[in-house]
Amino acid sequence: MTLSDRDATGLLTRPGSFVQLVDETGARRHDAEFDPWVADVDAAALGRLYRDMVIVRRLDAEGVALQRQGELGLWPPLAGQEAAQIGSVRALHDDDFAFTSYRELAVAWARGVPPEGLVATWRGTASSGWDPAAHRVAVPQIIIGAQALHATGYAMGLRWDHSDAAAIAYFGDGATSEGDVSEAFVFASSFEAPVVFFCQNNQWAISEPVGLQSKQELARRADGFAMPGIRVDGNDVLAVLAVTRMALERARRGEGPSLIEAVTYRMGPHTTADDPSRYRDDTELAAWRERDPIARVLALLDGLGADVAGLERETAEAAGRAAAELRAACLGLTDPPALSVFDHVYAEPNTHVERQRERYARYLALFDGTPDEASDEHGGAR
Amino acid sequence: MTTLTLGKALNRGLRNALAADDRVVLMGEDIGTLGGVFRITDGLQAEFGRERVVDSPLSEAGLIGTAVGLAYRGFRPVVEIQFDGFIYPGFDQIVAQVAKLHYRSRGAVKVPITIRVPFGGGIGAAEHHSESPEAYFAHTAGLRVVVCSNPADAHVMIQQAIASDDPVLFFEPKRRYHVKGEVDEEASLADAKPMGIATVVTAGDDVTLVTYGGLVQTAKDAAVAAAEDGISIEVIDLRSLAPVDYPTLEASLRRTGRLVIAHEAGQQGGVGAEIAASLTERCFDFLEHAPVRVTGHDIPYPPAKLEQHHLPDLDRILDGVDRVLGRANSLSEVEA
Repeated sequence: MTLSDRDATGLLTRPGSFVQLVDETGARRHDAEFDPWVADVDAAALGRLYRDMVIVRRLDAEGVALQRQGELGLWPPLAGQEAAQIGSVRALHDDDFAFTSYRELAVAWARGVPPEGLVATWRGTASSGWDPAAHRVAVPQIIIGAQALHATGYAMGLRWDHSDAAAIAYFGDGATSEGDVSEAFVFASSFEAPVVFFCQNNQWAISEPVGLQSKQELARRADGFAMPGIRVDGNDVLAVLAVTRMALERARRGEGPSLIEAVTYRMGPHTTADDPSRYRDDTELAAWRERDPIARVLALLDGLGADVAGLERETAEAAGRAAAELRAACLGLTDPPALSVFDHVYAEPNTHVERQRERYARYLALFDGTPDEASDEHGGAR
Repeated sequence: MTTLTLGKALNRGLRNALAADDRVVLMGEDIGTLGGVFRITDGLQAEFGRERVVDSPLSEAGLIGTAVGLAYRGFRPVVEIQFDGFIYPGFDQIVAQVAKLHYRSRGAVKVPITIRVPFGGGIGAAEHHSESPEAYFAHTAGLRVVVCSNPADAHVMIQQAIASDDPVLFFEPKRRYHVKGEVDEEASLADAKPMGIATVVTAGDDVTLVTYGGLVQTAKDAAVAAAEDGISIEVIDLRSLAPVDYPTLEASLRRTGRLVIAHEAGQQGGVGAEIAASLTERCFDFLEHAPVRVTGHDIPYPPAKLEQHHLPDLDRILDGVDRVLGRANSLSEVEA
């Protein structure tokens, strides 16, 4: 069965509920429609998903620590959203392309971005830490929702290129109020673009609850754009993997876009500059802690008779190594040369920028007698 | 040489670009079946197909934002904004995304997007159809801003803009769309003058008159009229507003010592303000008079029956010329 076999609201046959394959206790809930999409996920594969989530949670904690220690200017924690991000990114094929916001640490990590790339933006040494073409992940987007249009345009290009790849756009519940997101829905629907809109509804847009963005489930936004909307337990990595695979396959078959609403929770602050105690209370946090995305996978594996203790031990070691690498990479990022501020404003030589570079070099030379070295072919004093 | 209108010259230039590079795609509202409200893309969808010349939903942010995604995919999108005053819904995608992506990605992502904007007044149009928003974009680092004023330039410059690896705001003076001129359709693009270089369209010795777009012809007419009074005006068609070709302007101003800048857009924070300041910095010792700006007023674009009071015309330009020459002019009795 495909998404298009259902009418759009049919995906919400249980209003307020969602697709769930592993419940909070780790019990496997069978779903005739979605089980086939994860039929290949055996205990070993579940173990890998568990490992992914533990590592990104550890990397995230390290990012917070580095910010608290003054090594990063800011950090937007993903804690609580590990399953939504890992389940979806692991559904992608290698040549699919992801367009993310700024919180998708797990997506960038899973696509092979090296540690220094994960922290460069937040250390302030670069606006982006990686080459998008190398990892098939666009530069992180801070303007809320803008990347939904970029993913759509990329997907339109895929279609015109007769590619069987797809694009995925990550955004949050707050972004659904932005015009860019609705406009992306229009373009994607009209051009039958192979794009999956993956909305992580983490309940909060800084201090604003999701109810301020929408009076109904976000997935139902899809109705108005003639695309399927599917609501999934965003803390169930298996269910997220299943629905994302399904939506991606639909896109590859030329049946157009889908909207996935992954219902999850931002366990931490919006960023390290935020104080959630001003707008939400501990009881809500405690309730969501019971729905932890990692604990339930461990419980499921335990039920399957896996060597859980061994997995936990090995994974903790791997996570510790990853965190140490992140820290070392962060501390290894030094300030770029002063004149590199002028690099890449334009792709082609530009008289105006070159003149300003030259003049600033002369100014800097007042202090140490030599202009700073710039970092690329346009660099240096002229 | 072929005689073409400016609009047809653009059409032929776009056709060449589509034929030369299969990654070039045209996107816009009504540009396909209809050929655009000004018919600039007439016949191109029929020739190149619906995936090369794309009628888009009515969303400027959508147009620009999907063009960014197409650039990620290696396309060279050419977006038509139907009218100048309709560009603002796409402003965020232009300023925050198009202009910055090459910089943000440290050169990894090229953004060879051309955004065509029919602009300016003088056609008796409704609200939001006669604006000159170029200064917003000239102010934005990462964008190139060019303006064509005649068929020959239009034909070449649109191809150069599309071939550029940088994003280009391409302004077309809509009141000049129907004006004819000679176009060398066989000329090699490689030998053409770069779009960043200004053109001295009328040589002169007494005053340097700088303008662009729809006012270039007005300025040439002003030079002819002034010549009858024995005043020799050098008219320079800027062509590029970002970056500005200062060497050409400086060479002229160092000879004339007197600068007039004319544009339809308002004065405050306009292109003329930047050029006046920059040329004063560069040529102060050569100036015989403070630079004079002849511009639209700092008002919302007025109703059609009043636009002749807003747009600089030949007489207002000549009044500015009188002022820069220290002759009697409308402001003779006004201090500062």
